[in-house]
Amino acid sequence: MNLDDTTRGALFQYLLRLGDDKLVLGHRLSELCAHGPILEQDIALTNIALDSIGQAQALLKLAGDVEGEGRTADDLAYHRDEYDFRNALLVEQPNGDFATTLARQFLFDVFGYHLYGELSRSTHEPLAAIVAKALKEIRYHVRHSGDWMLRLGDGTEESHRRAQDALDQMWMYTDELFESDEHVRRLAGQGIVPDPEALRPAWLETVKGLLERATLEIPEPGYMATGGRTGRHTEHLGHMLAEMQILARSIPGAEW
Amino acid sequence: MAKEGSDRDDQWLLFEVFLQEKSGQPHQHAGSVRAPDAEMALLNARDVYARREHPISLWVVPATAITATTPGDAEPFFDPADDKVYRHPQFYKTPRGVRFKAGESA
Repeated sequence: MNLDDTTRGALFQYLLRLGDDKLVLGHRLSELCAHGPILEQDIALTNIALDSIGQAQALLKLAGDVEGEGRTADDLAYHRDEYDFRNALLVEQPNGDFATTLARQFLFDVFGYHLYGELSRSTHEPLAAIVAKALKEIRYHVRHSGDWMLRLGDGTEESHRRAQDALDQMWMYTDELFESDEHVRRLAGQGIVPDPEALRPAWLETVKGLLERATLEIPEPGYMATGGRTGRHTEHLGHMLAEMQILARSIPGAEW
Repeated sequence: MAKEGSDRDDQWLLFEVFLQEKSGQPHQHAGSVRAPDAEMALLNARDVYARREHPISLWVVPATAITATTPGDAEPFFDPADDKVYRHPQFYKTPRGVRFKAGESA
């Protein structure tokens, strides 16, 4: 597919957003490896971390190819600073308690499910191919996090309270997922990506449907945080990246 | 959370996991998982046992639903088989007529 320079630049930015969402969320989940609440969930969360990092690897490799300056997926993952990361603020939020981890995951998984469903019809074939493979994994992720929201919300008094607190805390980061800018509009105009605003009703319906069954309340509309897509992150990302990148930066090109 | 399958009440229910690798083959015991209910047991079983093996079907069964023999049952249950060779088909000699009929080559 021949892209003009502006579209190529827009696609590079968009692929960084997709890839960084997966990389940052995958790393967050990997922090729970050996710290899960129970053996089976430790393994489940680590599996989801691996799926996400695998998707990030494919997306960032494609980003490097589209950029055309010879940067690999590893270059993009390990040798960019906080303000060059384009992930949504939601995915960089710390794990907190189990309910916080699962609320963050659920809100993002439902978004990913609807977004990737649309992206699988992208006119950009390499992107559509990555997405088709990822979608199988995402269908499992959303079942996992949805089932947990159901059990936490409709569980004990304590699990309900923690799940509602977690939702209330994460809700302010959901608006950003549906933002548009000139890059997105340009790509949407060419059928490469969907219009994010058009995903919102489906996302809200899925989220509402499940939260209702989980006896949880949709949080009241309030302040919505934004900035991740332009590199203005919460204070949590820098600390996470320091840990994630230290080895690759201390010993560049290390292999093991 | 629940008391069944454990003497401590901070443990989830125990489920036994069975995997089927190919269509037509039996489900075989793979191991066990703990989970608060059957649906979650299925997800846990998938994550613990099915990520590398690639089975086509999974069963989870509450461990409490399985009735098993005890070591003390072994003698009365299984030992009598030892000295009853006539229970194996190989014990019987096949008469010549029957033996050759199948091949039709005598």
